[in-house]
Amino acid sequence: MNRVVITGLGCVTPIGNTVDDFRHSLFTGITGIAPIGPFPTAPAGHPGVRFTRMAQVVGFDPIQHMSTGTATATERAAQLGIVAARNAVEHSGLLKAHAPEDTAIILGCSCAGRQAEEPQLANLYLRDARAHPLTVVRTMANAGASHVSIDLGITGPVLTISTACASGTHAIGMAFHMVRSGMVSAAVAGGHDAPLTFGFLRAWDSMRVVSPTLCRPFSADRDGMTLGEGAAMFTLETLESAQSRNATIYAEIVGFGMSADAHHITQPYSDGAAKAIRAALKDANASPSEVGYINAHGTGTQANDSTEAEAIHKALGSDIAPTVPISSTKSLHGHSIGATGAIEALATVLALHHNQLPFTYGTTSVDPTLNLDVITETTRTVDPLRPIALSNSLAFGGLNAVLAFRKVD
Amino acid sequence: MDDIEKRCIEIIAKSKSIPADSITLDTSFDELNIDSLDKINISFEVEEAFKIEIPDDALGSIKTVGDVVRGVHQLRENKPPANATP
Repeated sequence: MNRVVITGLGCVTPIGNTVDDFRHSLFTGITGIAPIGPFPTAPAGHPGVRFTRMAQVVGFDPIQHMSTGTATATERAAQLGIVAARNAVEHSGLLKAHAPEDTAIILGCSCAGRQAEEPQLANLYLRDARAHPLTVVRTMANAGASHVSIDLGITGPVLTISTACASGTHAIGMAFHMVRSGMVSAAVAGGHDAPLTFGFLRAWDSMRVVSPTLCRPFSADRDGMTLGEGAAMFTLETLESAQSRNATIYAEIVGFGMSADAHHITQPYSDGAAKAIRAALKDANASPSEVGYINAHGTGTQANDSTEAEAIHKALGSDIAPTVPISSTKSLHGHSIGATGAIEALATVLALHHNQLPFTYGTTSVDPTLNLDVITETTRTVDPLRPIALSNSLAFGGLNAVLAFRKVD
Repeated sequence: MDDIEKRCIEIIAKSKSIPADSITLDTSFDELNIDSLDKINISFEVEEAFKIEIPDDALGSIKTVGDVVRGVHQLRENKPPANATP
Protein backbone atom coordinates (compact mmCIF):
# COMPACT_ATOMS: atom_id res chain seq x y z
CA MET A 1 0.00 0.00 0.00
CA ASN A 2 1.11 3.57 -0.64
CA ARG A 3 2.42 5.78 2.12
CA VAL A 4 0.37 8.99 2.13
CA VAL A 5 1.70 12.44 2.92
CA ILE A 6 0.37 15.98 3.19
CA THR A 7 1.99 18.42 0.78
CA GLY A 8 -0.37 21.39 0.80
CA LEU A 9 -2.26 23.35 3.44
CA GLY A 10 -4.98 25.97 3.20
CA CYS A 11 -7.31 27.57 5.69
CA VAL A 12 -9.77 30.33 6.42
CA THR A 13 -10.41 30.35 10.16
CA PRO A 14 -11.22 32.66 13.08
CA ILE A 15 -7.51 32.65 13.97
CA GLY A 16 -6.13 33.30 10.54
CA ASN A 17 -7.19 33.38 6.90
CA THR A 18 -3.77 32.08 5.84
CA VAL A 19 -1.78 29.15 7.20
CA ASP A 20 0.96 31.53 8.38
CA ASP A 21 -1.51 33.60 10.40
CA PHE A 22 -3.17 30.44 11.74
CA ARG A 23 0.19 29.05 12.85
CA HIS A 24 1.12 32.29 14.60
CA SER A 25 -2.15 32.37 16.53
CA LEU A 26 -1.92 28.66 17.32
CA PHE A 27 1.51 28.81 18.92
CA THR A 28 1.22 32.21 20.60
CA GLY A 29 -2.33 31.76 21.87
CA ILE A 30 -4.32 34.40 20.01
CA THR A 31 -7.96 33.40 20.21
CA GLY A 32 -10.57 34.10 17.56
CA ILE A 33 -13.38 33.94 20.09
CA ALA A 34 -14.94 37.39 20.44
CA PRO A 35 -18.20 39.01 21.56
CA ILE A 36 -21.18 38.39 19.29
CA GLY A 37 -22.24 41.47 17.34
CA PRO A 38 -25.84 42.31 16.42
CA PHE A 39 -27.58 39.70 14.27
CA PRO A 40 -29.30 41.30 11.29
CA THR A 41 -31.70 38.37 10.99
CA ALA A 42 -32.75 38.40 14.66
CA PRO A 43 -36.29 39.66 15.34
CA ALA A 44 -36.28 43.17 16.83
CA GLY A 45 -36.32 43.15 20.60
CA HIS A 46 -35.59 39.45 20.72
CA PRO A 47 -33.68 38.36 23.82
CA GLY A 48 -31.12 36.55 21.69
CA VAL A 49 -28.95 33.90 23.29
CA ARG A 50 -27.56 33.42 26.77
CA PHE A 51 -23.97 33.18 25.65
CA THR A 52 -22.03 36.20 24.47
CA ARG A 53 -19.15 34.91 22.35
CA MET A 54 -18.44 32.97 19.19
CA ALA A 55 -15.50 32.51 16.81
CA GLN A 56 -16.07 34.19 13.45
CA VAL A 57 -13.89 34.41 10.38
CA VAL A 58 -13.13 38.12 9.91
CA GLY A 59 -11.95 40.03 6.87
CA PHE A 60 -13.25 37.48 4.37
CA ASP A 61 -14.87 39.06 1.29
CA PRO A 62 -15.87 36.38 -1.24
CA ILE A 63 -15.77 38.88 -4.11
CA GLN A 64 -12.02 39.20 -3.58
CA HIS A 65 -11.64 35.48 -4.28
CA MET A 66 -14.24 34.43 -6.85
CA SER A 67 -16.42 35.66 -9.69
CA THR A 68 -19.62 37.49 -8.89
CA GLY A 69 -21.52 34.56 -10.40
CA THR A 70 -19.90 32.07 -8.04
CA ALA A 71 -20.24 34.38 -5.05
CA THR A 72 -23.95 34.88 -5.82
CA ALA A 73 -24.61 31.18 -6.30
CA THR A 74 -22.86 30.09 -3.10
CA GLU A 75 -23.32 30.42 0.64
CA ARG A 76 -20.56 31.18 3.11
CA ALA A 77 -19.70 27.54 3.95
CA ALA A 78 -18.93 26.81 0.30
CA GLN A 79 -17.07 30.10 -0.13
CA LEU A 80 -14.75 29.36 2.80
CA GLY A 81 -14.13 25.88 1.39
CA ILE A 82 -13.37 27.10 -2.13
CA VAL A 83 -10.71 29.52 -0.92
CA ALA A 84 -9.07 27.13 1.54
CA ALA A 85 -8.94 24.33 -1.04
CA ARG A 86 -7.55 26.60 -3.75
CA ASN A 87 -4.84 27.81 -1.37
CA ALA A 88 -3.86 24.25 -0.45
CA VAL A 89 -3.68 23.15 -4.08
CA GLU A 90 -1.81 26.22 -5.33
CA HIS A 91 0.56 26.04 -2.40
CA SER A 92 1.36 22.37 -3.05
CA GLY A 93 1.60 22.45 -6.84
CA LEU A 94 -0.44 19.23 -6.69
CA LEU A 95 -2.11 19.55 -10.07
CA LYS A 96 1.20 20.03 -11.86
CA ALA A 97 2.02 16.44 -10.94
CA HIS A 98 -1.37 14.71 -10.76
CA ALA A 99 -4.06 14.37 -13.40
CA PRO A 100 -7.36 16.06 -12.50
CA GLU A 101 -9.25 12.86 -13.39
CA ASP A 102 -7.07 10.87 -10.98
CA THR A 103 -7.55 13.30 -8.09
CA ALA A 104 -10.36 13.13 -5.51
CA ILE A 105 -12.06 15.82 -3.47
CA ILE A 106 -13.45 14.60 -0.15
CA LEU A 107 -14.86 17.35 2.04
CA GLY A 108 -16.60 17.31 5.40
CA CYS A 109 -19.51 19.67 5.98
CA SER A 110 -22.39 19.47 8.41
CA CYS A 111 -24.38 22.69 8.10
CA ALA A 112 -24.03 23.69 4.45
CA GLY A 113 -26.34 26.40 3.23
CA ARG A 114 -27.77 27.43 6.57
CA GLN A 115 -26.94 31.11 6.11
CA ALA A 116 -28.78 31.11 2.78
CA GLU A 117 -31.71 29.02 3.90
CA GLU A 118 -32.59 30.51 7.25
CA PRO A 119 -33.53 34.03 6.06
CA GLN A 120 -35.44 32.46 3.15
CA LEU A 121 -37.50 30.34 5.50
CA ALA A 122 -38.18 33.30 7.77
CA ASN A 123 -39.47 35.27 4.77
CA LEU A 124 -41.46 32.29 3.54
CA TYR A 125 -43.21 31.54 6.80
CA LEU A 126 -43.62 35.07 8.15
CA ARG A 127 -44.25 37.10 5.01
CA ASP A 128 -45.36 34.48 2.50
CA ALA A 129 -42.46 35.67 0.34
CA ARG A 130 -41.13 33.77 -2.65
CA ALA A 131 -38.00 31.69 -2.34
CA HIS A 132 -34.93 33.01 -4.13
CA PRO A 133 -34.23 30.93 -7.25
CA LEU A 134 -30.66 30.24 -6.13
CA THR A 135 -31.76 28.79 -2.78
CA VAL A 136 -31.44 25.20 -3.98
CA VAL A 137 -27.90 25.54 -5.30
CA ARG A 138 -26.81 27.61 -2.31
CA THR A 139 -28.11 25.13 0.24
CA MET A 140 -27.33 21.70 -1.18
CA ALA A 141 -24.93 19.84 1.08
CA ASN A 142 -22.45 19.11 -1.71
CA ALA A 143 -22.26 22.72 -2.92
CA GLY A 144 -18.80 23.23 -1.43
CA ALA A 145 -17.27 20.05 -2.88
CA SER A 146 -18.85 20.70 -6.28
CA HIS A 147 -17.61 24.29 -6.42
CA VAL A 148 -14.11 23.20 -5.40
CA SER A 149 -14.13 20.72 -8.29
CA ILE A 150 -15.31 23.44 -10.70
CA ASP A 151 -12.79 25.94 -9.34
CA LEU A 152 -9.84 23.55 -9.64
CA GLY A 153 -10.97 21.53 -12.65
CA ILE A 154 -10.73 18.26 -10.69
CA THR A 155 -12.81 15.51 -12.30
CA GLY A 156 -12.14 12.43 -10.13
CA PRO A 157 -14.35 11.22 -7.26
CA VAL A 158 -15.95 14.17 -5.42
CA LEU A 159 -17.87 13.60 -2.19
CA THR A 160 -19.26 15.45 0.79
CA ILE A 161 -19.20 13.59 4.08
CA SER A 162 -21.56 14.75 6.80
CA THR A 163 -20.96 13.33 10.26
CA ALA A 164 -21.58 16.43 12.38
CA CYS A 165 -18.51 17.37 14.43
CA ALA A 166 -16.39 14.60 12.89
CA SER A 167 -17.12 15.46 9.22
CA GLY A 168 -13.72 16.99 8.45
CA THR A 169 -11.86 14.13 10.13
CA HIS A 170 -13.87 11.48 8.33
CA ALA A 171 -13.23 13.29 5.02
CA ILE A 172 -9.46 13.36 5.51
CA GLY A 173 -9.50 9.74 6.66
CA MET A 174 -11.46 8.51 3.66
CA ALA A 175 -9.24 10.48 1.27
CA PHE A 176 -6.22 8.96 3.01
CA HIS A 177 -7.54 5.46 2.41
CA MET A 178 -8.32 6.24 -1.23
CA VAL A 179 -4.77 7.46 -1.92
CA ARG A 180 -3.21 4.68 0.16
CA SER A 181 -5.08 2.00 -1.77
CA GLY A 182 -4.21 3.53 -5.13
CA MET A 183 -7.84 4.27 -6.00
CA VAL A 184 -6.70 7.81 -6.84
CA SER A 185 -3.22 9.25 -7.10
CA ALA A 186 -3.98 12.39 -5.08
CA ALA A 187 -6.73 14.07 -3.10
CA VAL A 188 -7.92 17.38 -1.76
CA ALA A 189 -9.51 16.81 1.64
CA GLY A 190 -10.71 18.81 4.61
CA GLY A 191 -13.72 20.42 6.17
CA HIS A 192 -15.73 23.61 5.85
CA ASP A 193 -18.75 25.01 7.66
CA ALA A 194 -20.39 28.35 8.42
CA PRO A 195 -23.19 27.65 10.87
CA LEU A 196 -23.29 30.93 12.81
CA THR A 197 -26.87 31.94 12.11
CA PHE A 198 -29.33 33.30 14.62
CA GLY A 199 -31.45 30.13 14.43
CA PHE A 200 -28.46 27.84 14.83
CA LEU A 201 -27.16 29.76 17.84
CA ARG A 202 -30.64 29.65 19.39
CA ALA A 203 -30.81 25.90 18.82
CA TRP A 204 -27.46 25.32 20.50
CA ASP A 205 -28.43 27.67 23.31
CA SER A 206 -31.47 25.48 23.96
CA MET A 207 -29.22 22.44 24.37
CA ARG A 208 -27.45 24.24 27.23
CA VAL A 209 -23.99 23.12 26.15
CA VAL A 210 -22.59 26.49 25.06
CA SER A 211 -20.34 28.28 27.52
CA PRO A 212 -21.84 31.46 29.00
CA THR A 213 -18.25 32.54 29.66
CA LEU A 214 -15.41 31.14 27.53
CA CYS A 215 -14.56 27.67 26.28
CA ARG A 216 -11.93 26.20 28.68
CA PRO A 217 -11.28 22.58 27.64
CA PHE A 218 -10.21 20.19 30.41
CA SER A 219 -10.47 22.97 32.96
CA ALA A 220 -11.83 22.05 36.38
CA ASP A 221 -14.40 24.85 36.00
CA ARG A 222 -15.21 24.30 32.31
CA ASP A 223 -18.75 25.28 31.42
CA GLY A 224 -19.27 24.52 27.76
CA MET A 225 -18.24 24.96 24.16
CA THR A 226 -17.96 28.05 21.96
CA LEU A 227 -19.28 27.87 18.38
CA GLY A 228 -17.23 28.85 15.35
CA GLU A 229 -16.90 28.62 11.57
CA GLY A 230 -14.12 28.13 9.05
CA ALA A 231 -12.37 25.79 6.64
CA ALA A 232 -9.12 23.85 6.50
CA MET A 233 -7.92 21.85 3.51
CA PHE A 234 -5.03 19.54 2.65
CA THR A 235 -3.51 17.99 -0.42
CA LEU A 236 -2.70 14.30 -0.09
CA GLU A 237 -0.45 12.28 -2.35
CA THR A 238 1.90 9.35 -2.06
CA LEU A 239 5.25 9.72 -0.36
CA GLU A 240 6.87 8.53 -3.58
CA SER A 241 5.15 11.22 -5.64
CA ALA A 242 5.97 13.97 -3.14
CA GLN A 243 9.62 12.97 -2.94
CA SER A 244 10.00 12.64 -6.69
CA ARG A 245 8.84 16.23 -7.23
CA ASN A 246 10.64 17.61 -4.17
CA ALA A 247 7.39 18.80 -2.60
CA THR A 248 7.33 20.06 0.98
CA ILE A 249 6.06 17.23 3.18
CA TYR A 250 4.24 18.51 6.25
CA ALA A 251 3.41 15.12 7.76
CA GLU A 252 2.54 11.57 6.91
CA ILE A 253 -0.94 10.24 7.62
CA VAL A 254 -0.27 6.84 9.07
CA GLY A 255 -3.62 5.73 10.40
CA PHE A 256 -7.34 6.36 10.50
CA GLY A 257 -9.90 4.81 12.82
CA MET A 258 -13.63 5.26 13.03
CA SER A 259 -16.47 3.85 15.06
CA ALA A 260 -20.07 4.40 16.07
CA ASP A 261 -21.21 4.40 19.69
CA ALA A 262 -24.66 2.94 18.91
CA HIS A 263 -25.55 4.36 22.28
CA HIS A 264 -27.13 7.83 22.38
CA ILE A 265 -27.70 10.68 19.94
CA THR A 266 -25.88 13.26 22.09
CA GLN A 267 -24.25 11.59 25.11
CA PRO A 268 -20.62 10.73 24.42
CA TYR A 269 -19.62 7.15 25.12
CA SER A 270 -16.06 6.25 26.05
CA ASP A 271 -16.19 2.72 24.65
CA GLY A 272 -16.98 4.04 21.17
CA ALA A 273 -14.33 6.76 21.25
CA ALA A 274 -11.74 4.29 22.59
CA LYS A 275 -12.56 1.93 19.75
CA ALA A 276 -11.80 4.63 17.17
CA ILE A 277 -8.48 5.51 18.86
CA ARG A 278 -7.47 1.83 18.92
CA ALA A 279 -8.50 1.46 15.29
CA ALA A 280 -6.35 4.44 14.24
CA LEU A 281 -3.32 3.00 16.05
CA LYS A 282 -3.91 -0.44 14.57
CA ASP A 283 -4.23 1.10 11.09
CA ALA A 284 -0.93 2.91 11.73
CA ASN A 285 0.66 -0.30 13.01
CA ALA A 286 1.69 1.73 16.08
CA SER A 287 1.56 1.05 19.81
CA PRO A 288 0.19 3.38 22.52
CA SER A 289 3.74 4.03 23.75
CA GLU A 290 4.51 5.77 20.43
CA VAL A 291 1.82 8.44 20.92
CA GLY A 292 3.48 11.75 21.75
CA TYR A 293 0.60 14.18 21.26
CA ILE A 294 -3.17 14.16 21.14
CA ASN A 295 -5.17 17.03 19.70
CA ALA A 296 -8.36 16.30 21.58
CA HIS A 297 -11.94 16.81 20.51
CA GLY A 298 -11.92 18.78 23.78
CA THR A 299 -15.10 20.80 23.42
CA GLY A 300 -15.00 22.17 26.95
CA THR A 301 -18.27 20.58 28.05
CA GLN A 302 -18.28 18.54 31.25
CA ALA A 303 -19.50 15.45 29.42
CA ASN A 304 -17.17 15.49 26.43
CA ASP A 305 -13.95 16.16 28.25
CA SER A 306 -14.48 13.57 30.97
CA THR A 307 -15.67 10.93 28.50
CA GLU A 308 -12.79 11.65 26.12
CA ALA A 309 -10.32 11.32 29.02
CA GLU A 310 -11.89 7.99 29.93
CA ALA A 311 -11.65 6.83 26.31
CA ILE A 312 -7.98 7.78 26.11
CA HIS A 313 -7.32 5.78 29.27
CA LYS A 314 -9.17 2.78 27.85
CA ALA A 315 -7.39 2.96 24.48
CA LEU A 316 -3.84 3.72 25.60
CA GLY A 317 -3.88 2.07 28.98
CA SER A 318 -3.90 3.85 32.31
CA ASP A 319 -0.10 3.63 32.60
CA ILE A 320 0.49 5.51 29.33
CA ALA A 321 -2.56 7.79 29.05
CA PRO A 322 -1.53 10.23 31.85
CA THR A 323 1.91 10.70 30.25
CA VAL A 324 0.78 11.76 26.76
CA PRO A 325 0.76 15.53 26.16
CA ILE A 326 -2.73 16.57 25.09
CA SER A 327 -4.36 19.87 24.18
CA SER A 328 -7.58 21.18 22.71
CA THR A 329 -7.32 24.08 20.28
CA LYS A 330 -11.08 24.77 20.29
CA SER A 331 -10.64 27.65 22.74
CA LEU A 332 -8.70 29.39 19.92
CA HIS A 333 -10.77 28.66 16.78
CA GLY A 334 -14.08 27.62 18.33
CA HIS A 335 -16.16 24.58 17.45
CA SER A 336 -16.96 24.90 13.76
CA ILE A 337 -18.93 21.61 13.57
CA GLY A 338 -18.20 20.09 10.13
CA ALA A 339 -14.93 22.00 9.75
CA THR A 340 -13.52 21.57 13.20
CA GLY A 341 -11.89 18.17 12.68
CA ALA A 342 -9.98 19.50 9.68
CA ILE A 343 -8.92 22.66 11.53
CA GLU A 344 -7.65 20.50 14.39
CA ALA A 345 -5.87 18.22 11.91
CA LEU A 346 -4.17 21.35 10.59
CA ALA A 347 -3.09 22.25 14.14
CA THR A 348 -1.75 18.71 14.60
CA VAL A 349 0.17 18.71 11.31
CA LEU A 350 1.70 22.12 12.07
CA ALA A 351 2.65 20.88 15.54
CA LEU A 352 4.64 18.02 14.03
CA HIS A 353 6.12 20.12 11.23
CA HIS A 354 7.27 22.91 13.53
CA ASN A 355 8.09 20.68 16.51
CA GLN A 356 5.78 22.69 18.74
CA LEU A 357 2.74 21.34 20.58
CA PRO A 358 -0.01 23.95 20.99
CA PHE A 359 -1.35 24.67 24.46
CA THR A 360 -4.95 24.75 25.62
CA TYR A 361 -5.72 28.45 25.57
CA GLY A 362 -7.75 29.71 28.54
CA THR A 363 -7.22 26.65 30.71
CA THR A 364 -5.09 27.25 33.76
CA SER A 365 -6.47 24.85 36.34
CA VAL A 366 -6.78 21.36 34.84
CA ASP A 367 -9.47 19.03 36.15
CA PRO A 368 -7.42 16.56 38.24
CA THR A 369 -10.05 13.84 37.88
CA LEU A 370 -9.23 13.54 34.16
CA ASN A 371 -5.71 12.30 34.92
CA LEU A 372 -4.29 13.68 31.67
CA ASP A 373 -1.12 15.65 30.86
CA VAL A 374 -2.93 18.71 29.49
CA ILE A 375 -0.62 21.28 27.87
CA THR A 376 -1.43 24.70 29.29
CA GLU A 377 -0.02 28.22 29.16
CA THR A 378 2.93 27.51 26.85
CA THR A 379 3.85 25.23 23.96
CA ARG A 380 6.04 22.14 24.30
CA THR A 381 8.33 20.31 21.92
CA VAL A 382 7.64 16.92 20.35
CA ASP A 383 9.21 13.90 22.08
CA PRO A 384 11.23 12.23 19.30
CA LEU A 385 10.75 8.84 20.92
CA ARG A 386 6.98 9.22 20.65
CA PRO A 387 6.45 10.40 17.05
CA ILE A 388 2.74 9.64 16.59
CA ALA A 389 0.20 12.46 16.93
CA LEU A 390 -3.54 11.77 17.11
CA SER A 391 -6.41 14.08 16.25
CA ASN A 392 -9.72 13.01 17.82
CA SER A 393 -13.22 13.91 16.67
CA LEU A 394 -16.23 12.66 18.62
CA ALA A 395 -19.47 13.74 17.00
CA PHE A 396 -23.09 14.07 18.03
CA GLY A 397 -24.80 10.95 16.83
CA GLY A 398 -22.03 8.89 18.41
CA LEU A 399 -19.77 8.96 15.35
CA ASN A 400 -16.06 8.92 16.13
CA ALA A 401 -13.07 9.51 13.86
CA VAL A 402 -9.38 9.57 14.76
CA LEU A 403 -6.43 10.40 12.51
CA ALA A 404 -2.83 9.38 13.26
CA PHE A 405 0.05 11.45 11.87
CA ARG A 406 3.81 11.35 12.08
CA LYS A 407 6.62 13.51 10.80
CA VAL A 408 8.56 12.27 7.78
CA ASP A 409 12.29 12.56 8.42
CA MET B 1 -33.81 57.12 -19.08
CA ASP B 2 -37.00 56.32 -17.17
CA ASP B 3 -37.13 54.86 -13.67
CA ILE B 4 -37.80 51.32 -14.91
CA GLU B 5 -34.81 51.39 -17.24
CA LYS B 6 -32.60 52.83 -14.50
CA ARG B 7 -33.69 50.20 -11.95
CA CYS B 8 -33.30 47.28 -14.39
CA ILE B 9 -29.80 48.40 -15.29
CA GLU B 10 -28.93 48.77 -11.60
CA ILE B 11 -30.10 45.20 -10.92
CA ILE B 12 -28.10 43.76 -13.83
CA ALA B 13 -25.02 45.81 -12.94
CA LYS B 14 -25.15 44.67 -9.32
CA SER B 15 -25.66 41.06 -10.32
CA LYS B 16 -22.56 41.08 -12.52
CA SER B 17 -20.50 43.51 -10.39
CA ILE B 18 -19.99 45.93 -13.27
CA PRO B 19 -20.60 49.70 -13.53
CA ALA B 20 -24.15 50.65 -14.46
CA ASP B 21 -22.91 53.17 -16.99
CA SER B 22 -21.37 50.35 -19.03
CA ILE B 23 -24.86 48.99 -19.76
CA THR B 24 -27.30 50.29 -22.36
CA LEU B 25 -30.61 49.01 -23.69
CA ASP B 26 -28.76 47.45 -26.60
CA THR B 27 -26.33 45.50 -24.40
CA SER B 28 -26.90 41.81 -24.90
CA PHE B 29 -26.90 39.19 -22.17
CA ASP B 30 -24.18 37.35 -24.11
CA GLU B 31 -21.91 40.42 -23.94
CA LEU B 32 -22.37 40.49 -20.17
CA ASN B 33 -21.69 36.74 -19.85
CA ILE B 34 -25.08 36.24 -18.25
CA ASP B 35 -25.58 32.48 -17.96
CA SER B 36 -28.78 30.62 -17.13
CA LEU B 37 -28.22 30.91 -13.38
CA ASP B 38 -27.53 34.67 -13.68
CA LYS B 39 -30.68 35.00 -15.74
CA ILE B 40 -33.00 33.47 -13.17
CA ASN B 41 -31.30 35.49 -10.45
CA ILE B 42 -31.78 38.76 -12.39
CA SER B 43 -35.36 37.83 -13.26
CA PHE B 44 -36.13 37.22 -9.59
CA GLU B 45 -34.67 40.59 -8.57
CA VAL B 46 -36.64 42.36 -11.33
CA GLU B 47 -39.84 40.57 -10.29
CA GLU B 48 -39.31 41.58 -6.69
CA ALA B 49 -38.49 45.19 -7.58
CA PHE B 50 -41.58 45.72 -9.74
CA LYS B 51 -43.98 43.25 -8.10
CA ILE B 52 -44.53 41.42 -11.36
CA GLU B 53 -44.23 37.83 -12.50
CA ILE B 54 -42.34 37.11 -15.69
CA PRO B 55 -44.00 34.17 -17.49
CA ASP B 56 -41.76 31.14 -18.07
CA ASP B 57 -42.14 31.33 -21.84
CA ALA B 58 -41.04 34.98 -21.84
CA LEU B 59 -37.77 34.23 -20.05
CA GLY B 60 -36.35 32.40 -23.02
CA SER B 61 -36.88 35.36 -25.37
CA ILE B 62 -34.91 37.83 -23.24
CA LYS B 63 -31.66 38.51 -25.07
CA THR B 64 -30.87 42.15 -24.27
CA VAL B 65 -31.27 44.66 -21.47
CA GLY B 66 -33.88 46.39 -23.63
CA ASP B 67 -35.92 43.17 -23.70
CA VAL B 68 -36.04 43.25 -19.88
CA VAL B 69 -37.10 46.89 -19.74
CA ARG B 70 -39.77 46.51 -22.43
CA GLY B 71 -41.05 43.37 -20.71
CA VAL B 72 -41.37 45.16 -17.37
CA HIS B 73 -43.28 48.04 -18.99
CA GLN B 74 -45.62 45.59 -20.67
CA LEU B 75 -46.25 43.53 -17.55
CA ARG B 76 -46.90 46.63 -15.46
CA GLU B 77 -49.35 48.01 -18.01
CA ASN B 78 -51.24 44.71 -18.02
CA LYS B 79 -51.17 44.37 -14.25
CA PRO B 80 -54.47 45.07 -12.52
CA PRO B 81 -54.41 47.72 -9.76
CA ALA B 82 -53.68 46.29 -6.31
CA ASN B 83 -57.19 47.16 -5.07
CA ALA B 84 -58.98 45.77 -8.12
CA THR B 85 -61.83 43.38 -7.41
CA PRO B 86 -62.37 40.34 -9.58
